[in-house]
Amino acid sequence: MKLTKTILATGVAFSALATATFAHAEPTAEVLHWWTSGGEAKAVSALKEDFEAKGGKWVDSPVAGGAGDAAMTVLRSRVLSGDAPAAVQLKGPAIQEWAEQGALADLNDVAAAEGWNDVLPAAIQTIMQYEGDYVAVPVNIHRVDWIWANPEVLAKVDVTEVPGTWEEFNSLADKLKAAGITPLAHGGQPWQDATIFETVVLGVGGPEFYQQTMIDLDEDALKSDTMKAVFDQMRKMRGYVDADFSGRDWNLATAMVMNGDAAMQIMGDWAKGEFMAAGKVPGKDFICAPTPSENGYLFNTDSFAMFEVSGDDKVAGQKLLAELIVGEKFQETFNLLKGSIPARLGVPMTNFDDCAIKSESDLKSAEEAGGFLPSMAHGMALRGHLAGAIIDVVTAHFNSDMSSDEAVIRLVEAVELAKD
Amino acid sequence: MGASSSTKSNLTALIQRNLSKIVVAPSFAASLFFVYGFILWTAYMAFSDSRMMPSYGWTGLRQYERLWSMERWHVAIENLLIFGGLFITICLLLGCLLAVLLDQRIRAEGALRTIFLYPMALSFIVTGTVWKWILNPGLGLENMMHELGWASFKFDWLINSDMAIYTVVIAGVWQASGFVMAMFLAALRGVDQDIIRAAYMDGASLPRIYFGIIIPSIRPVFLSAIVVLAHLAVKSFDLVIALTGGGPGYASDLPATFMYTMAFQRNQLGIGAASAMMMLATVMAIIVPYLYSELRGGRKNG
Repeated sequence: MKLTKTILATGVAFSALATATFAHAEPTAEVLHWWTSGGEAKAVSALKEDFEAKGGKWVDSPVAGGAGDAAMTVLRSRVLSGDAPAAVQLKGPAIQEWAEQGALADLNDVAAAEGWNDVLPAAIQTIMQYEGDYVAVPVNIHRVDWIWANPEVLAKVDVTEVPGTWEEFNSLADKLKAAGITPLAHGGQPWQDATIFETVVLGVGGPEFYQQTMIDLDEDALKSDTMKAVFDQMRKMRGYVDADFSGRDWNLATAMVMNGDAAMQIMGDWAKGEFMAAGKVPGKDFICAPTPSENGYLFNTDSFAMFEVSGDDKVAGQKLLAELIVGEKFQETFNLLKGSIPARLGVPMTNFDDCAIKSESDLKSAEEAGGFLPSMAHGMALRGHLAGAIIDVVTAHFNSDMSSDEAVIRLVEAVELAKD
Repeated sequence: MGASSSTKSNLTALIQRNLSKIVVAPSFAASLFFVYGFILWTAYMAFSDSRMMPSYGWTGLRQYERLWSMERWHVAIENLLIFGGLFITICLLLGCLLAVLLDQRIRAEGALRTIFLYPMALSFIVTGTVWKWILNPGLGLENMMHELGWASFKFDWLINSDMAIYTVVIAGVWQASGFVMAMFLAALRGVDQDIIRAAYMDGASLPRIYFGIIIPSIRPVFLSAIVVLAHLAVKSFDLVIALTGGGPGYASDLPATFMYTMAFQRNQLGIGAASAMMMLATVMAIIVPYLYSELRGGRKNG
């Protein structure tokens, strides 16, 4: 009995002490993320330094593994136990899903003070908001629809430029194949199959078709002849990859292009990091060009969602963090390290490489033409279960001899099933 | 004074009488809660409308309906039948054969036994990764044969949608057959030598002795081996993840990898729970008859 009392008293004393310290403490933010290696880890520590320079206390919660699956499991249990971290690396519609649970904090006052509405692209604003309120902040824009090519290999068939239409792409690939060169370096993992698929949807169908099929899930568009043409092109792409593609990681496919074992790879601009790390120069040792499309631009944006926290120090820390992340300085340093481009418009591009500069200028023209669209394969366009249903069909088609007609029927069925 | 000492000795006696129960109680309570409690909770989740977070809205059998209308689940179930069937059969045959061969009082038996048992010491992740390299056409066996000059050699099961599940069988058998062998070897050594000698006297041939006397007398080991292998097959997850990653596409998905994908990657806790319950039902269908026969047999002997 006496022991219990002592324990209770100590507990109360400790928590009183703790509250007292926190009340006067510096702004604190716990950040849950899975950027634990290479350029990503450096990019996070850049943010940490900025935050601490402004007098904040950074609590790092890195959870590596499974491209964020492990972190999501941690997040679920943290939210269920009522102890959410202040900022969590989340992206795309997953932000909306958490907002629906009422777990996210409102950032409107920071947004108004910093004028986010004027500096962020409209499509990105939509993703960062829930019912008109800012609940998350973007850190970067990755472009997904890139072709990475080795100019030396292309020169073997007397080609100097990456094709501008899918017909040209096919004839170039056939020529390369005839010359005994693997046209397309590819890793047979569902998300990589889906990456090629969405660039084909964008190129063959156009931005409007992409909007209808990959975002609105319009049934008529999904079962249209255009979609069949997309699957026909996918069947051709299957013929352009080498025999050992199954299960290969994307960076090994990039290495194939680098070493001249293959001519091209279709991959987001994180592939650039591999070239850069090997000391290659854009334009000379490798070419970056968008996949064929009319003013299309598929983006993949990393962001931090801000969770509801209690305590003045934590709220202050959260707001400071949000302000810093969208700030010009962080957007520049972070994206120079990560290989993407700033999510904020108007950041000077002088320190960036040629591919990033092209990405930025294409972004502007794509936005004007309505072709600035979220990537389906990278979880920006659809919620996990819907995107998963589409990716299942795409990868099943790519890895078998399924006909385009059957693929379209299965696609419509899978989407219907996942919707309800 | 006398009263208090007798209470004390009563208490001691009580503790002594129930010591075993007291010691077991915490672990019993923990398994009651963490195993059976969570099985019940998962069963409930399978009837709920849970997606990203657990939710308690009742939807009846809707999640099971959705599960069974998913193409991918059918692939997973089909793969389980192929994998489970072949894995168990081949392991039993190979294990039994190895045990019989080792039982011939050969030289260096200890060393051979260790070699065959060794794969069991590896984790499935290691087995899967090693076999992934061996079976990869560009790195492993096929490449080696090509370099040796056998240019027409082709072994691309790993990247062939129709054959990928059989590579899982190969790796699984490599891992587990040594263990089955050890089980059989122990049982063979336990067979009464007098009966075998008597059979020799009667002029029975060696194969006949094995098929007619020894193997029937070690029948219970078959049952134990089947139960061990069957539950290994149903819950196998790491082997597939390391070897094929469920691919190409989802061609080598098993129920366990399907469950993980739905529950933890696609925010479909309801469907994940429903598939987990289907797996539980499969395991129960194997374990319950086994336990029943074991317990009944025990009573008969006792």
